Amino acid sequence: MKDLKKGIALAMAASLSVCALAACGESGGNGGKTGGTTSATGGDTTATSAEGGKVYYLNFKPEQADQWKALAAAYSADKGVEVKVETAASGTYEEQRKSEMAKTDAPTLFQVNGPVELAAWGDYCYDLKDTSLYKNLKSDDFALIQNGEVKGVAYVIETYGIIYNKTLLNKYFETDGAKAKSVDEINTFAKFKEVVEDIQAKKDDLGINGAFTSAGMDSSSDWRFKTHLANLPIYYEYKADGVGSKAAIEGKYLDNYHNIWDLYINNATCDAKLLSSKTGDDANSEFALGEAVFYQNGTWAYQDILNAGELTDDDLGMLPIYIGAEGEENQGLCTGSENYWCVNAKASEADIKATIDFLEWVITSDEGRTAMATDMGFVTPFKTFDEDAKYQPTNKLVQAANEYIAAGKTAVSWNFPTIPSEKWKDGVGAALLDYAQGTGDWDAVKTAFVDGWKTEYDAAHAGDTAAADDGAAAEESTAEEEEAAAVAAN
Amino acid sequence: MTKKNLRAYFPIFALPTFIAFLIGFIVPFGLGIYLSFCKFTTVNDAVPIGTKNYTDMFKDPEFIHALWYTAAFAVVTVITINLFGFTIAMLLTKGIKGTNLFRTVFFMPNLIGGIVLGYIWQLIFNGILTHFGLTLTYSEVYGFWGLVIITNWQQIGYVMIIYIAGIQNVPPELIEAAKIDGATSFQVLRNVILPMVMPSITICSFLTLTNGFKLFDQNLALTNGLPGNRSELLALNIYNTFYGRVGYEGVGQAKAVVFSIIVGALAVAQLTFTNKKEVQQ
Repeated sequence: MKDLKKGIALAMAASLSVCALAACGESGGNGGKTGGTTSATGGDTTATSAEGGKVYYLNFKPEQADQWKALAAAYSADKGVEVKVETAASGTYEEQRKSEMAKTDAPTLFQVNGPVELAAWGDYCYDLKDTSLYKNLKSDDFALIQNGEVKGVAYVIETYGIIYNKTLLNKYFETDGAKAKSVDEINTFAKFKEVVEDIQAKKDDLGINGAFTSAGMDSSSDWRFKTHLANLPIYYEYKADGVGSKAAIEGKYLDNYHNIWDLYINNATCDAKLLSSKTGDDANSEFALGEAVFYQNGTWAYQDILNAGELTDDDLGMLPIYIGAEGEENQGLCTGSENYWCVNAKASEADIKATIDFLEWVITSDEGRTAMATDMGFVTPFKTFDEDAKYQPTNKLVQAANEYIAAGKTAVSWNFPTIPSEKWKDGVGAALLDYAQGTGDWDAVKTAFVDGWKTEYDAAHAGDTAAADDGAAAEESTAEEEEAAAVAAN
Repeated sequence: MTKKNLRAYFPIFALPTFIAFLIGFIVPFGLGIYLSFCKFTTVNDAVPIGTKNYTDMFKDPEFIHALWYTAAFAVVTVITINLFGFTIAMLLTKGIKGTNLFRTVFFMPNLIGGIVLGYIWQLIFNGILTHFGLTLTYSEVYGFWGLVIITNWQQIGYVMIIYIAGIQNVPPELIEAAKIDGATSFQVLRNVILPMVMPSITICSFLTLTNGFKLFDQNLALTNGLPGNRSELLALNIYNTFYGRVGYEGVGQAKAVVFSIIVGALAVAQLTFTNKKEVQQ
């Protein structure tokens, strides 16, 4: 009996040590692999990389991973500077950035999504004030500025709204008793609601499953509602008070949020009880296959929609998200950015210079601009892209956005970067889901929206003062840090 | 002579494992404890801030929820896995036809990785629940039992093998003697087999208890905390705090330290308890 136990203990110990060794082997392997790619790109660059600068871009957008790789290779071949591009898989950017930035060969170029992330990463951001990158920005609205330093520069402007299937909508307009005869008539929430509910009632005649795609609350899709849709009540409240951010939100437009959410969940392709497991892909394919007429998403979804079904440019249009606020007849789409380039201030001088050179090349050279505008389909905030019409994107949804601006509609700004924390969004998302499923009531959404805002805002700001205190404590602690480093080295 | 040799070579044999243990366990663990008292964005720029992370941690209602949710999960799985595992082991030591085949079949789920398993079972559960107009992530109660089913399915085979080895080691003469003395088969089980397989029970309950607390990938793949992080077990809660919340890296680390202490303490308590029940042969 004892022997058996000893044997098992031994086997377990052995498997443990095997695991440990395997883990070492694996990380060694990875190191070898990245080393491999580095030397591969470095192969043709050894001659000029004498000055030592190299670029490592940790890209946030998986949709454009291949295009960035191609552009980096072109730059390496042209200038002889090593450029490595790594893209985090969807939803893993936080982790990747956190672990990559701790390495010796950290990314020289990374991204933050706005002021809230900048608060955490500000120390890592090099001041870009004197670069042509910043000087070429059309407006300071597209830069992240902290204490007079330009910490981040937006490189893509995006727009979202309610994407609609033009063909299906026109088919509806021709039905008997249609609530509208053309898309131009839809310019208020009241009208939109009539149309949506009528489409839902006639869904069998139209051969669709619902007016809206499923409002999935899986993490691949919930940001459409807890962040992007929530932007509208926040936007109107800021606008009413004439401010750009708030310590405590009152939820003046929560009833409007309630109405539009009801509209989404009650006129969709699926029962609201199934929402918790519906994904972004589900909604995308429902729309692409013509099972639904409306789909709340943005310009970035353009390629995915075309790839997933048989829709063409002519089928696509985009409507503003009307929530029933006053003066919304003149409301446009929601336009802004949450992709900012930041240069790692802790990288070597040579690397920082190489990185800035690379970015300047991207926004000024023909190759770079073509890649960004055509291959990646980005609208950028840089003046250099206005020099030639060929640097304007072909993305149909972007064109729809431009039409609204040309028609004199006011674009809705992106206010969600001022949301105090991710936690707030999670709280609102969970409450929205509970409400939709019938496992919670709307009051919980109110609580998450209003009280949650205050709690998270206070927590973030308590952190600020603590951080200031830490600054003083930091110096005393260096001795401890050295000790810890010594322990680690042993 | 051989003993002397063995002693001389001891460091050489032990060194590789020791180094691996140092790199893979001691150093990260020490660093982890240090980081739990720090505020940091990446692990290189840590600034000590005292015990603030620990006080913040208990202000997080989701952490407290995850703690109870995990405790309940561990209790349920320890009981069910060991009960089923032992029952199947008893059945498969009776000399039924095809015993080896059954043993293999029961053991096989253990060879599939947790993430794959999670996604496969998610499809199965949702496939069934759709008939009732529901999904697995509708409520954390569904997520809980879903996780219990997966973990059972995966680990029963593993503990079964350990129990089979234990049961086969029970000397047949003891059972025979008991039977001659007129013991019923329940009495044989209760008074002969159970005490004799106590070492296996020690090991299996240790394994299932710690596994229950440490469960991560199945949780991530099956529900990912939905709805609203309420089906989050401790490990996933720590992961989400560390990576998902800006400025909460230290709190995540503090949670991880508390987590190791809890698991360690429980495991030691459980080992001493079951060790006492073991009998010398």
